[in-house]
Amino acid sequence: MKQRYVYVLAALLAVIGLSVFLYKWQVLGFPLSEDQEKPVWTVESAVHFDSGPGSIKVQLHIPTLTPGFRMLNENSVSRGYGFSINYGSGGREAQWAIRRADGEQTIYYRISVYEDDTVDESDTTPPFPPLPVINEPLKTAVDVLVADVRDQSADTASFTTELLRRLNDPSPDPNVELLLSEAASDAEFVDVARTMLASARIPARTVHGFSLAGRQRNASLISWLEVHDGDQWLYFNPATGESNLPDRFLVWWRGNEPLVNVEGGSNVEVDFAIQENHLDAVAIAETQVSQRGASAVGVSLYSLPIQTQAVYAVLLMIPIGALVMVVMRNIVGVDAFGTFMPVLIALAFRETKLLWGVVLFTTLVALGLSIRFLLDRLRLLLVPRLSAVLIVVVILMMLISLASHRMGMETGLSVALFPMVIIAMTIERMSVVWEERGAIDAMRAGLGSLFVAIAAYIFMGMAWLEHLIFTFPELLLVILALVVLAGRYTGYRLTELRRFKALAAK
Amino acid sequence: MFSAARQLRERGVLGLNERNADFIMRLNPRRFYPRVDDKALTKELALAAGMAVPDLYGIIEHQVQVRQFTDMVGDLKSFVIKPAQGSGGDGILVVTGRSERKRDSFRLSSGTLISKGELEHHISNIVGGQYSLSGNRDKALIEYCVHFDPTFAEVSYQGVPDIRVVVYRGYPAMAMVRLPTRESDGKANLHQGAVGAGVDMGSGVTLGGVLNDEIVEEHPDTGALVAGVEIPQWEFILQTSAKGLEVTGLGYLGVDMVIDRDRGPLILEMNARPGLNIQIANGTGLSDRIARIDELYDASATPEERAEISRREFKLER
Repeated sequence: MKQRYVYVLAALLAVIGLSVFLYKWQVLGFPLSEDQEKPVWTVESAVHFDSGPGSIKVQLHIPTLTPGFRMLNENSVSRGYGFSINYGSGGREAQWAIRRADGEQTIYYRISVYEDDTVDESDTTPPFPPLPVINEPLKTAVDVLVADVRDQSADTASFTTELLRRLNDPSPDPNVELLLSEAASDAEFVDVARTMLASARIPARTVHGFSLAGRQRNASLISWLEVHDGDQWLYFNPATGESNLPDRFLVWWRGNEPLVNVEGGSNVEVDFAIQENHLDAVAIAETQVSQRGASAVGVSLYSLPIQTQAVYAVLLMIPIGALVMVVMRNIVGVDAFGTFMPVLIALAFRETKLLWGVVLFTTLVALGLSIRFLLDRLRLLLVPRLSAVLIVVVILMMLISLASHRMGMETGLSVALFPMVIIAMTIERMSVVWEERGAIDAMRAGLGSLFVAIAAYIFMGMAWLEHLIFTFPELLLVILALVVLAGRYTGYRLTELRRFKALAAK
Repeated sequence: MFSAARQLRERGVLGLNERNADFIMRLNPRRFYPRVDDKALTKELALAAGMAVPDLYGIIEHQVQVRQFTDMVGDLKSFVIKPAQGSGGDGILVVTGRSERKRDSFRLSSGTLISKGELEHHISNIVGGQYSLSGNRDKALIEYCVHFDPTFAEVSYQGVPDIRVVVYRGYPAMAMVRLPTRESDGKANLHQGAVGAGVDMGSGVTLGGVLNDEIVEEHPDTGALVAGVEIPQWEFILQTSAKGLEVTGLGYLGVDMVIDRDRGPLILEMNARPGLNIQIANGTGLSDRIARIDELYDASATPEERAEISRREFKLER
C-alpha cells in the first residue's frame, strides 16, 4: 500500500518536473547547453523627408506575420512625434504624427528578429478575390492569357508557375508584352501577375521583405509572389516561377500598398540597414517568457542579481551531490562519515580543484588526527575537546595557507574554503572509530568518505549539468523523485553481494 | 553482479535496505526506541517483566558524580562500565580485577592495567556523550560483571561470549553466539573481530562460525571447533527473547543475553537494529523464516508458545 504511494508520488514529481522542463526547452526555447548563441538580426528602417508647413503624419508598414522568424523586440526613435501601431489591410502599420516640424526629418523604426522554425504562416484562408475590373484592350489580353495558362496547368501551383514562365519569356507573345508595358519595377511586375491570378479567382498577394544575411547597408526590398492554393500560402519567385522563398526571408509587409505614406512631407525616402548579432539563447528565451505571459512556468533564476545567481548555481548542485550520496550509501553501500560530509567536502573541491582538494583534505585530516590523539592524553571532556579540535583545524588551515604562499603555491590558499566544522567533526568521528574499531575501519570509512566526495565532486562539477539545473530548476523535482524511489529501494547493496558471498556460494 | 543478487535472493538473504525499509521502519515505532537505546531503561523494563538482568551498582548522570565512582564500586573486584546509549559495544570497559600493590589501579579484561584517573576520564567521556548514538549527553552504567560460564571456555578468548537472538514479531527467528577473540579485544562484537557462530534453534547447539564475513571452523585463538557446543537452558533463552516483544513493543528486535556461571542467562541489552551478520553465521537467510513466521503469526500466543513454535519450525533437519 505504502509502496504504491511512493511510486505515485515519485511519478507525479517526475512528470511535473519533466513536463515543465520540456515546455521550457521545446516551446520557450531555453537551451540545453551553455554558450548557445542564436543569430539575431536587427533591421532598421529610416524614413527621411522634408517637412511641409502643416502637421505631419507618417505611416510605415512594419512586419506582422513573419514565417520562420520570431520578433525579439521593436522600437521607434522619433523625436517629438507621437507613435502608435495600428492594423491596416496590409498588416501592422506604424504611425508617427506631429503638429509642426522644421526642415529635414528622419524617423527610425527598428525590429530585432531571430530564426524560429515553429513560426508558421498563421494567416487565415483568404476569400476568393473579386474579378478585377480591367479595361479593354487589356481585358482581352488577360482573358486569353489566363485561358491559355489554365489549359496548360493542373492546379494552383502549376498555374502560377506557368503564368510566371510566360511573363518572364525572353520573347514574349504580344499579349504579355502589352500587359507588361507599364510594369517598371519588380513590385509592379508582381502586381501584374497578381491581377492575372485574381482573374482566375486565385487569391494572391505581393510580399515584400529582405533576405537576411550579415550586415547590409541600404538593403533592398525584394518582392515575392504569395499564392493561396486553398490549404496554405505558397511562395513564388516572380523572376523564375520557382516555388520557394529566398534564404532567411523576412516578410516586411504584404499587399500592394506603398511601404510608406507621408502626409504633409515631401522627398520621402526609406532606407533599410540590417545588422547581424549573436545573442545568448537564454536571453532570447527570457523574452519569450514575457511575450507569452508564461511567467508562472518560466520563473527563471536568470532574473536574479548576478551575485545571487552565482550562489544559486552552486546551491542547486547540492541536490546532485545528495543524489550521489544516496546512491553511494544505499545502493553501492560505501562506508562514509557523516551523512552530508562528503557533499560539503565536494563543494570545497569545486574551489580548490580535485587534486589539490584531495591533498589538502588528507593533509588536514591527518594532521588533525595526530593532534587529536595528543589531545586525548589530556582527557578533555567532549565539548571542550571538540572545540579544541576545531581550533586546531583553523590553525592548521591558516598554517597551510601561509606555508603554501611562502612556497609560491597559491592553490594552497584555497584550503580556507573547507568547511572547518565538518572537518573537525570528521576528525573526531574518525579518531573514535580508530580507537573503537581499529585503524583499518577508520581508514576504510575515511577513504569511503573521500571516494564519495570525489564522486560527488565529479557530478557536481559537470558544467552542462550545472547549466541544465540552473536553467531548468524544475529538474530538482526529478531528482527528488529519484531520491524518494531510492528511499524505497529494498534490494541488496553492491557491497552486500561481497559481504554475503559465503551464503551465495553454498 | 545481477546473478549474485539473484542467488542471494533465492537463498532468502535479507539486505540492509530491505531490513531498514520493510521491517525496522514498519515494525519498530520510533517512540519505543528509547526502551532499547537507553540501557538503564531497558534494564528497568526487563526487571519489571521478571527477566533476569545483571545487577546495577550505580548510574553516573553528571560530570560531578564521576568522583563518586569509587564509592559505587567500593571493594568490588569486577564490574562493567558501559554507556547507557552506546551502540555496537562501543565504550564498554570490563574491569576484572585490581592491582595487588596499587589499590587505585584496575585490571581490564584484556589484562592491561588502568588507573583510577583513566577510568574516570572514560566515564566523563561517556557522560559527555562520546559513545551515544545521537552525540547527546549520556549516562554511565556500572553493573555486575558477568562471570564466565565454562560452556564457552574452549571457544572464546578473554571476555564473555553472548547470545544474540533475532526476534521477529515476538517469535525467535534466528540465533547466534558471539565469541570474543584476541582481535576483538575480548568484546563480543562481530565487526570488532569476534567470531559469530550460528545456533540450531531446535537444540541450542552451535553450528559453524564466521569471522569478518568469512566462514571459519575453529576459533582463531584457541583452535577449538566452534561447532557442537550446547548452550545451556536453551528453552529459557528462547522464551526470554520472545518476551522482548512485550517488553519493548518492537517487532524486529535483537536480544543479547549472556550466561552467568552463577545466575544463568541474563539479558544484557536489546537492539532495535540488529545486524545481518547472523545470516552468515547461520549460513542461511532470514527472509524465509520471516515469511514462515508471518504465516504462523498468532497475536494471542504467549511468549512461551511462540518460543516453542520457533523451536519446532526452525530446528535443523538432520
